[in-house]
This record gives sequence, C-alpha cells and structure tokens, in this order.
Amino acid sequence: MHSESLKSQSTFPPKSTEPRPEHPPEVPLAIHDLTVAYHRKPVLWDVELNIPEGKLVGIVGPNGAGKSTLLKACLDLIPKTSGWAHIYGKPYRKARHLVAYVPQRESVDWDFPVTALDVVAMGSYRRLGWFRRVSRKENDRARDALDQVGIAHLADRQINQLSGGQQQRVFLARALMQDAELYLMDEPFAAVDAATEEAIVILLRSLSERGKTCLVVHHDLATVTNYFDWLVLLNMRVVASGPAEETFTRENLQKTYGGKLSLLEKAAEALRHSIE
Amino acid sequence: MNWTSTDTWIVVVGILCAVACALPGCFLVLRKMSMMGDAISHAVLPGLAIAFIITGTRASVPMFIGAAAAGVLTAVFTQWISKLGNVDRGAAMGIVFTTLFAVGLLLIRQAADNVDIDPDCVLHGSIEFTPLDTVAIGNLFIPRAAIVNGSVLLLNLAIIIVLFKELKLSAFDPDLADTLGFSSRFLHYLLMTMVAVTTVAAFESVGSIIVIAMLIVPPATALLLTHRMVPMLVIATATAALSAIIGHLSAIIVPTWFGQTSSTSTSGMIAFAAGLLFALAWLFSPLEGIVTRRLRRSCDLQDPELSTN
Repeated sequence: MHSESLKSQSTFPPKSTEPRPEHPPEVPLAIHDLTVAYHRKPVLWDVELNIPEGKLVGIVGPNGAGKSTLLKACLDLIPKTSGWAHIYGKPYRKARHLVAYVPQRESVDWDFPVTALDVVAMGSYRRLGWFRRVSRKENDRARDALDQVGIAHLADRQINQLSGGQQQRVFLARALMQDAELYLMDEPFAAVDAATEEAIVILLRSLSERGKTCLVVHHDLATVTNYFDWLVLLNMRVVASGPAEETFTRENLQKTYGGKLSLLEKAAEALRHSIE
Repeated sequence: MNWTSTDTWIVVVGILCAVACALPGCFLVLRKMSMMGDAISHAVLPGLAIAFIITGTRASVPMFIGAAAAGVLTAVFTQWISKLGNVDRGAAMGIVFTTLFAVGLLLIRQAADNVDIDPDCVLHGSIEFTPLDTVAIGNLFIPRAAIVNGSVLLLNLAIIIVLFKELKLSAFDPDLADTLGFSSRFLHYLLMTMVAVTTVAAFESVGSIIVIAMLIVPPATALLLTHRMVPMLVIATATAALSAIIGHLSAIIVPTWFGQTSSTSTSGMIAFAAGLLFALAWLFSPLEGIVTRRLRRSCDLQDPELSTN
C-alpha cells in the first residue's frame, strides 16, 4: 500500500480517471473545480490542480489570466464561486501555519512609517497571536531572515528608502520569517535588479532543497525553464501543468497565449530570417 | 490678560479632545482615509434625530449611542458602495455622508421641529461653554466635557496600546493581516468605531471643526517629522496638545492686537494653530522640510568637494 501511494505520488498529477482522495494530505496544494468571478465575470474557470511537494512551480500566463487571483483564492482573500483549494489536505483557515504569501510589491504603501525590520517581523505575528508584542527573539529572527536575502545592513531603514529590489527582498524575508511549508509568491521577479533576481533564485532553490514548495507567478518566458522545475500554464483555465521541460512546449504556449504569442513568434522568425 | 480657572478648564478640555482625536487619526491618515472623520461628523445627524424620536429626550446617553451607531454605519455603507458598486472610496464616502446628513435634516425638520435640536447646535458645540456644565466629584467640580473626552482618550489609548501590532499590520497590509488570521475587517470597523465614538464625544462638547482638524492635522504633521510609528503617535499627541494650548492663548491675545477687547473663537484658533504647526513642520522638518532641503542644497553647493563631483 505504501509503495502504491509513493508510486501515485511519482506520477503526478494523478490521471483524472483515477478516483481522487477527497483530502490528499501529502499534497501541498490541491485545487478542485475552482471557479472565481468578479462582478459575475469569471476570472478562473474550473481549475483543477495538484502541486507536488518540494517543487519550484512557475505559474505562467498572459495578463488577466487569473494568476494573482488563483493565489488569492487559495488564501481565502477572494471568495470562491465554487470548488475548493486544500493545503496539505486542509482548508486554508486550518492551514495558515503552513503557508506564506508574498504579495505583489505595489500592493502596499511603501511610504508607511515602518522599518525593514518591522515589516519582516510581521511574519511572526501569527505565531505571536493577538495582543502579544514582538520581542527581542522575533527581532533577532527577523534580522536573520534579512541576512538570508542579503540586506541585513538595511534593517533599520525606513522602507521607502529602499530600492525596488530591496523592497522585494524585505517581502521575501517576511515570508521566510513565517517558516512555512508552502510559499505563494506573486511576481517576485517583477522590476527587480539583476542582483536581486539572482538572490531570489538562490533563495527559491534553498527552499526547495529543504523540501518546501514554492508557487511563483512569473512573467518572463525566457527564464521559466531555468528557474522552475514544474510549470502551470494558466489562462482562466489550466492549460497545462507538469514538469517544466515537458510542459513548456510550443503547442501549450500557443494555447495559453493564443494569438498574442504567435504574433511574437512570427516577428522573431522574421527577424531570424532577415539575419540569415 | 486675565487668566481664570475657566481658561484652564478650556485648555484641559481642548487638550483631551485634541489628543483623543489625534490618536485614531494617525491610523486614518496612514490608511489614506483622512476624510472619514469629516464624513462621520456629518453623518451622525440622523442618528441623533432617530435617538431623539425614539426616546423623546435630549439625554446624552441615547443621543450618544444613536450618533455613534450612525457613525459606524457611515463606514459600513461606504465600504459596501465602494465594493459592490465599484466606486472610488472617497466618492463612496461623499455619497454616504451627504445622504445621511440630508436624512438627518429632514428627520429633524419633520419630527423635532419644535424642539431645540437644530443642526447648528448639534454640530457646533462650543468649547468656551464647557466649564459651565460641571459634574461634582467629591468637592471638585469637573466639566462634563473633560470627563467624557478624557474617558474617550483613555479608551483610545488603551486600544492602541493593546492592539498596536494588529492595527499597524492591518493598516500597512490588510491582505497579510487576513492571511495571518487577524481579520482586517474587524480591525477596520474597530478603528471606525473608535473614530465615530471619539468624533461624537468631541464635537458634542467642542464643535466639529476641532474634531475634523485634530483627526488629520497632527498626524499629518507628525508624518513630516518622523518615519516611525511610535514617534508618529507621540509627535501627533504633542502637536495636538500644543495646538490646544496655543489656540486658546491666541484666542485671548490675538484680538487685543487689533484693539478688540473680547476674545475670539477658541475652536477656530485651535484648528488654526494646528494648521500653523503643520506649516512650520512642512517648512522646517529636518527630514524633508522645504526650507531645510533648500538650505542643505546650498550648503552642498558651497562644499567644494561635493560641487566638483
């Protein structure tokens, strides 16, 4: 029986004909029949997804494909019209301690009068619970987290005196502080400098080596296969999901991006011909 | 100048009101909802009217409850309209408070016309008269306004001390607050309730201009002078208290400069003093004051090492 379950784990995702366990507890993120609508307009439609443990997962798709919405729906930040998303077999409200969320950088006001250290320490608030204050211990851990993303020396800066890349690192350090099993990151690579990009990649790999699972919304198709070992192609529905090399095919991309990509490719081909 | 115990009480009441407003005001300003105080102070009118219609008295407890409930409803309706109708929050606030204010006017006209509850006297309490309405505690006669606003100040201070971490988190990143299990909606309405209660308590005794000014101006001044949360709250408190002191002093002194013998409106002067302190901070703040920056730049130019760079 054990070998059976291991086997089914290795052939991820299970084929749809196989009976799916209602609450697969070994799956970091299992999404079933998820539909989300804003003002009656569907943004996600019937999403079916199983994310295997310890993988670096890239979520790729055109603008408006529902990538951020997918993360937010998993975190109960947006109501689901139908379906469910389970984290290690549990609904989100019972699995808060297992999940860390890195929102888009623009989602907060960086003029807010707090230091980098304050923001990172927020990652410890759930553990502290209501009323209890941040103590020395949490601040020391927050400094460690900042050190892991390479900006320990900026701990006492007000957040608006940080560059975009440094702000992104503060958010990542805050997620590290949560010490989660599953990390949901919304465009951490958006508009960051090369050094930050490298720091993020190193961080993601070290998380994955420790068996953590990371779901990362990503924009840059050129780096997708370098950074991620699992891919989810999304355009309102899941177009494809699987190991990066197998999933990152021309056909799948065409299905995800539709006409827009073919246009790009034609341009690229034309360019190639003209050079030849 | 003829300073009496009445003047002392006016200043004390002024300080209590100003600080009680400035504390929740810091979080309003940080949430970019500064005008909520203005909206609430108008929208409480129907609450007052309904409380009067139901109880038939102008006793302060039902009035207070009615007004505070209307204030919280303002926040609820604003949230609904901006969420469901996809309307900008400032516009939603404008829709809600003007409508509620109008309803209040109509109710007062229809139901309570023959009673002394005109909008003017409701909205513009007068700080100069607060020492007349006293409560005896032992053999001390303390103005009712001092007790009411002092209690509100203590309540606000207690909530902010106990829930500082939670209020900070939900103001900075409400989504994170929700994912960590701190309901941002609860914290939002807690703050709105604080603002509503504070607003009602304060303007009933001292008038709305102080309330609206103190919710916004001292926190905004503090933000010019510091980039940290706790110093912001401390500086806002100090600015608010200072405005109350300067305000009352200048209400007595300034008219004499123009040869007038009677003092002018203390409420107006307190709000004006706050504006003046803001202007000073804006010009001379060591962080990013207009004049400070100018001076720093001209120093840099004179510094040969820097100018050659």
